[in-house]
Amino acid sequence: MRSLFLFNLFATMRSDFGWAYIMVAYTIKRLLLALLVAVTVSFMSFMLLRLTGDPAAALAGESATESQVAFVREQYGLDKPLLVQYISWVARALKGDFGESHYFMQPVSTIIAGRLGVTLTLGGCALVFAILLAIPMGILAAIRPNSWIDRLALTISVIGQAMPSFFFGLALIIVFGVVLRMLPISGNATWRHFILPSIALGYYATPAFMRLTRSGMLEVLSSDYIRTARAKGLRTSSILFKHALRNAIIPVVSLSAVQFGFMLGGSLVIETVFAINGVGFLGYQSIARSDLPMVQAIVLMVSMFYVVLTFCSDLLNAFLDPRMRVN
Amino acid sequence: MSQPIPEIVYPSPRQIMIRRTLTHKGFLIGAIMLLLISAAALLAPVLSPYDPYNQDLSRRMINPVWHENGSWEHPLGTDNLGRDYLSRLMYGARISLLLGGCAMLISGVIGTSLGIAAGYFGGRVDMVVGFLITARLSMPVVLVALAVVALIGSSLNVIIWVLGLLIWDRFAVVMRASTQQLREMDYVNAAKAIGCSTLRVLVSEILPNVFNNLIVVATLEIAHAILLEAALSFLGMGVQPPLPSWGLMVAEGKEFMLFSPWVIFIPGTVLSLLVLAINLMGDGIRDITAPEGRS
Amino acid sequence: MTTLLNIRALYVNISLSAGMLHAVRDVSFHVERGETLCLVGESGCGKSLTALAVMDILPSRSVRWAEQITLEGQDLQNLKDRHMSDLRGSRMAMIFQEPMTSLNPCYTIGNQLEETLRRHRSASRREARDRAVFLLEKVGITAAGTRLKQYPHQLSGGLRQRVMIAMSLMCGPALIIADEPTTALDVTIQAQILSLLSSLQKEFGMGMIFITHDLGIVARIATRVAVMYCGMVVETGVVGEIFHSPLHPYTQGLLACLPVPGKTRPGEHLGSIPGMVPTPIGDFSGCMFRNRCSHAMEECCHESIELYRVSVERAYRCLLSKETCLANHMTQKD
Repeated sequence: MRSLFLFNLFATMRSDFGWAYIMVAYTIKRLLLALLVAVTVSFMSFMLLRLTGDPAAALAGESATESQVAFVREQYGLDKPLLVQYISWVARALKGDFGESHYFMQPVSTIIAGRLGVTLTLGGCALVFAILLAIPMGILAAIRPNSWIDRLALTISVIGQAMPSFFFGLALIIVFGVVLRMLPISGNATWRHFILPSIALGYYATPAFMRLTRSGMLEVLSSDYIRTARAKGLRTSSILFKHALRNAIIPVVSLSAVQFGFMLGGSLVIETVFAINGVGFLGYQSIARSDLPMVQAIVLMVSMFYVVLTFCSDLLNAFLDPRMRVN
Repeated sequence: MSQPIPEIVYPSPRQIMIRRTLTHKGFLIGAIMLLLISAAALLAPVLSPYDPYNQDLSRRMINPVWHENGSWEHPLGTDNLGRDYLSRLMYGARISLLLGGCAMLISGVIGTSLGIAAGYFGGRVDMVVGFLITARLSMPVVLVALAVVALIGSSLNVIIWVLGLLIWDRFAVVMRASTQQLREMDYVNAAKAIGCSTLRVLVSEILPNVFNNLIVVATLEIAHAILLEAALSFLGMGVQPPLPSWGLMVAEGKEFMLFSPWVIFIPGTVLSLLVLAINLMGDGIRDITAPEGRS
Repeated sequence: MTTLLNIRALYVNISLSAGMLHAVRDVSFHVERGETLCLVGESGCGKSLTALAVMDILPSRSVRWAEQITLEGQDLQNLKDRHMSDLRGSRMAMIFQEPMTSLNPCYTIGNQLEETLRRHRSASRREARDRAVFLLEKVGITAAGTRLKQYPHQLSGGLRQRVMIAMSLMCGPALIIADEPTTALDVTIQAQILSLLSSLQKEFGMGMIFITHDLGIVARIATRVAVMYCGMVVETGVVGEIFHSPLHPYTQGLLACLPVPGKTRPGEHLGSIPGMVPTPIGDFSGCMFRNRCSHAMEECCHESIELYRVSVERAYRCLLSKETCLANHMTQKD
């Protein structure tokens, strides 16, 4: 939907100057959208967290007295009207100040920044795993549709989508960590610690990639230019990889960006199962500790990542489609 | 004078659909599995050998029947509080199906209304709904659901509503696309021309024709809701003990899984089977009603 | 000199859910060097599938069988695909109908031209590039050097078809199969492409199979003609004889549909063939044209009708005798 819009934009450009102008206009439009999403998501999570519980009581602790709770409330400005609280939160957020963690007694942004690298690494490895597994299977399934390979790929994908991620993670731990003793099962000290979690996080995206590769290849393989390539007597590998895949892979690349965004959001369960010190695990712990500023900041950050990644995905789609290229 | 060349006779659409349904292996397998699990859930009070809440500390951690010390008295063993696993599984099925179904209904109503409105009216309505979908997709669902349940409290009602309010996006996207396709059809224009109110057009012309897609999405979203509930329960913010949610059973069994892996494998496998059955049925329905979509 | 291409009793079957489609049945013809054989027929009569069967690039689910398929004396039937692909593009090449979609949009024209030569002759990039430039100029494309770096979407349909022609000539094939190469182009471009093909053929001496449904094109470039109907060859002959004295009722009907400048008077009804082309699914017997033939007889339903050879180059598939056919044609003309 959005990429079609971008496609049309590029297709109507006439001069270099026009191109630049259109690009700038499009970027501004997407930035505004991102801003709007940020405001909506942050507002909703802000209101939700404030309205569904008493943060002052949560902060003060279970054994606090009335006056202690009231004191906490005043101290943190929780007695002001909600809208005022939100606006002051936004004002500080724009400067990069997301408040102080109730638990760590340190700025939220510092703590998140410290954990972000781990989650991004995990997401990246999971994406790589998903793609490495899905694309060859998708290609094989497309070459021999309705054969046993196709059915096997379909079965793997169907089963993969049925298993809950926490169960798959635990099963991996038991099989590879305990029974076979091949890999470590918790923490994130070495690169080996990332193997099992990456598999657990990535396999859920594998079916989507595989189906996309398969359908893309099937469509491309029945196209006229592949028929021309066969008539020219090109070798099968050349037809498959040079001609077919180059066209079929375009939607896969742009899907990768979106899936990466989903993985960042969905890393919570995996990080908790494998005790990985990333942002997801931090989010889970913060909820358990009622550390509201942290939770809000994480929700906002994940949603911003997603919006930026979908923007990149549309850009990738537009760039890779050769009909866009004008010298 | 000369014999005519024989015509080819094609079967009627209904015959085609019945034939497709009966020969679609995936659909049949899924339907049978779902039937079995639903039967177990419905008849749990009758069929289950024990009371799932009945703790018997003298019978803790008995192995299931395929281990050395197992017996047919507790075919799937007992958990760390002496409760029979088989009974807990059967009652757990009720919880999964109930929560999944209700959450699907809520999200279905929200998503379908938004999607059809966006697809039918277009313009600004479409823009607003599109924006809402983007905002919803950008939110980390598990995190937000956890946070809300943690703050409000985790009764079954809360879980159902939280899930329902968070997973409507697929409904909206699919219904929007289907409605857009139908908007230009002649019978819609005809209904408008004879003066049907918008609501009438939506209900009597559009809704029946997007029904196929709706059913497919609904089945897939039940599975989605079930998986989400299991994840929430596993993380401790879902169904609370002593209720036998399968996700909760995995969490409870986690500390014993290194020595008795069956504690988590049994509920996990059954969960996977239920979701698998539902997904197979959903895919099957999609193939049966619109096989042109398949490559 | 051996015949360039010899096809005898070619069959192509496609399995559909409704039954087995006999798309091509008992098709036989031959092509010599330097001459053009035109395969004529309506859409769906199996001419394109015949061409694809010769090149062995049929769509999946299709099966071909023939008594004989030989190219320059070499049997093509039992070749492994690896060896067959060595021949495709180098000894025989094909030009397709839709120039807009027949080129890969992701690669430059030069890349797609050169890869043929580099695949078959292990040529270096320099050699391949030089040959590409040479052929582009031969097909009438100026500024060939610049064109090589362009992408397909930057060229018009006529230019793309010229590129396709150049691409087919890269390895100097002995046989060119052109599947309706001008149908998707404007009329003025059509004429240019046709004369280009004729001149190239004279210069390089290839044999050509030209598939079309346009009898006007047949009159212009054919040496010999094979008329196809419903998957079968119903008449073959030298082009002059086919136009002057067609034997098969279908050929006669086709020619009667054409207005003839000078002869057809204004207000006169153009001929037409009543009925529709049947779909050859499943088993059947007799002549497939009998429903639309004004001379059909009882026997046309039952017997399977062979291709009756009148002379070396002349054959037709009908139970009526040659004299009766010619007489029918005379009465039809008046």
